[in-house]
Amino acid sequence: MAKLSFPVGPQHPALKEPENLRFSVDGELVVDADIRIGYVHRSIERSCSERNYVQDLYLCERVCGICSNAHTQAFCQAVEKIAGVEIPERAQYIRMMMHEFERIHSHMLWLGVAGHEIGFETLFMYVWRDREVIQDILEMVSGNRGHYAMTMLGGVRYDITPEMVTKIREGIAFLRQRAEHYADIATTEATFLKRTVDVGPISGARCQTLGAVGPVLRGSGVGYDVRRAFPYLKYDEVEFEVRTSELCDVLGRTLVRVLEVIDACDIITQVLDMMPEGDITTRFPRKVPEGEATARVEAQRGELIYYVRSNGTDVPERVKIRTPTLANLPASLEMVTGGYIADIPITFASIDPCFSCTDRMVVLDDVNSGDSRTMTWPELVKLGRRS
Amino acid sequence: MQVLTPLFHMLIFPGFLFLVAFGLFASWVDRKLIAKFQNRVGPPVMQPVADLVKLMAKEDIIPEHANRVMFAVTPLVALAGVIASIIYIPLWAPAAVNAFEGDLIVVIYLLTLPAFALFLGGWYSANPFATIGATRVLTQLFGYEVPFFLACLGPAVAAGSWSISEITHAQADGLWLVTAAPVSFIVAMIALIGKLERVPFDTPQAKTEVITGPEIEYTGRRLAVWKLTFLTETIVGSALIAALFLGGPHFWGIPFASMAPWLAGVVGMIVLGVKILLIVFFLSLAQAALARLRIEQMVQWCLLWLGIPTLINIGVIVLMMRQVGV
Repeated sequence: MAKLSFPVGPQHPALKEPENLRFSVDGELVVDADIRIGYVHRSIERSCSERNYVQDLYLCERVCGICSNAHTQAFCQAVEKIAGVEIPERAQYIRMMMHEFERIHSHMLWLGVAGHEIGFETLFMYVWRDREVIQDILEMVSGNRGHYAMTMLGGVRYDITPEMVTKIREGIAFLRQRAEHYADIATTEATFLKRTVDVGPISGARCQTLGAVGPVLRGSGVGYDVRRAFPYLKYDEVEFEVRTSELCDVLGRTLVRVLEVIDACDIITQVLDMMPEGDITTRFPRKVPEGEATARVEAQRGELIYYVRSNGTDVPERVKIRTPTLANLPASLEMVTGGYIADIPITFASIDPCFSCTDRMVVLDDVNSGDSRTMTWPELVKLGRRS
Repeated sequence: MQVLTPLFHMLIFPGFLFLVAFGLFASWVDRKLIAKFQNRVGPPVMQPVADLVKLMAKEDIIPEHANRVMFAVTPLVALAGVIASIIYIPLWAPAAVNAFEGDLIVVIYLLTLPAFALFLGGWYSANPFATIGATRVLTQLFGYEVPFFLACLGPAVAAGSWSISEITHAQADGLWLVTAAPVSFIVAMIALIGKLERVPFDTPQAKTEVITGPEIEYTGRRLAVWKLTFLTETIVGSALIAALFLGGPHFWGIPFASMAPWLAGVVGMIVLGVKILLIVFFLSLAQAALARLRIEQMVQWCLLWLGIPTLINIGVIVLMMRQVGV
């Protein structure tokens, strides 16, 4: 069969969001891969510098529907650093707990999607059923199943009551047990192994060269986790292991995620034990003093970086977001090249892509003449619709 | 009457109408079972009918660059092939509507038609996903067709006939042939999964990979015909396996001979229906418990683990027959 150009997206059942991937295929083998991002550019960074800090918090939460807490966490961390505000200890523990709740819900969501991508619908149904437990906990704690709005500048919005603690402990114990069961399935179920072992291979060294982060990097044996490397909140006080896998394939990334669910459960238990009594908020100034700060957190998908520059008003001058998906895309292209068409969905899914968080637009001024220009709305629309 | 009777057989019973009705019911059983396995509620009993009606009412589109004739004709050929084959399979008594020495070969050939039609339909759809899906249909065909044929050969050798009705008749007062050819029976069931393109062998239609593959450009009525083809093929394939290995309408302890012919027919029909539903249960179980294989894994696995054991099974049957001195 002659070489065929094989498009995946912008609309494709394997992609949950619009993005265009182009493959050159030779029979069933992928010989070349390219990606075009930018279909869901929402101009979040620009919007951030037109709203005040409290409104930005709302906006940042909506960068991503799944790691929304990680985004507000990183944003608050950066802004609090500029303002020099130290949040109460109890708030730090509650933030940490939310962070780990979110990791559990996101990794379980991912495991279900991975099952769906390889035609293992039962795994999808079971994992998503169990995921309801963590969703209920999130709703109980924050009032929302998604976009929890727990983190606020200077602390957290709601306190954890003793009744909640009991329910959380119960739920976490159940989830831990289920996660162990899924770890068992992932390592023993024959058809699951057939579709994940040696699929989407990439070495740890290549991952580092290409700047991969999170479970992709750890799935290739590199033990880099922001929670350990640059502890924030109270991560230096809890015990957990940075999970890595030497398998360097989809199975490796799967195992890292499932084991991280177990770890997250353990971290939450420790947090519940250690959490002191006290305030959950501290006063935060309306206007943030001049300055700049960078914050990094370990979101579920990997390292998330926020850069905030303040000019002394209540509106930030610049907010820059580097999402983990952007860092993982180059590695993902290398993973699919040389593999089978059938493995494209699961390989791409294995980086847990989130495209609408990732999409940015960059227009460069003419370097030689130094001319800058203003783009009109029709021009922007045209840019967005380029084929 | 001479014209009407075959027409009745083709269009009403046991042909088109009966097959579609039973197929829709079996499809509901299948969907409900999978839902139960997956901890879901599952659809109401009329859901497959509603789906079909909805498809029938939808707009029919032929892609601009597709070959119009091939695109339109292939689903009909596939469905016709499946419906024609039911004529030779015994349904209510150990004798089919129509039988002759060698009809097993004809049925196997007719049941291969949907795969070829699907390949051609996909190939002429002018869509890269359909093209890849179509080549997968053919590649997969080599994986399951050889083992399926070899598996059907087992009972034929044991019963000493190439007629399905004869093979069923041979089981009517004795042991089912599944006892003589257990390996062939299992292989035939697994190959049937491949024929019906279900999990774990749904690679040609994998929706996350090639978005239903060859069927991607089909809409409305023509898609409904494809759905019907696989629906009816489930029944015909299961009925064939039931006839070859499980004694067709026969069941121990039911005195067919002493019953009125019409009653014996009805009871036989019910017995066979239950057997078909049991095979559907197996299909659902496989769908719920397994993930999809890659195409090259599928072919390799099928030839190695289905092809060779069936050959050994046939060898054993031949040796046994020598011993018995048939």
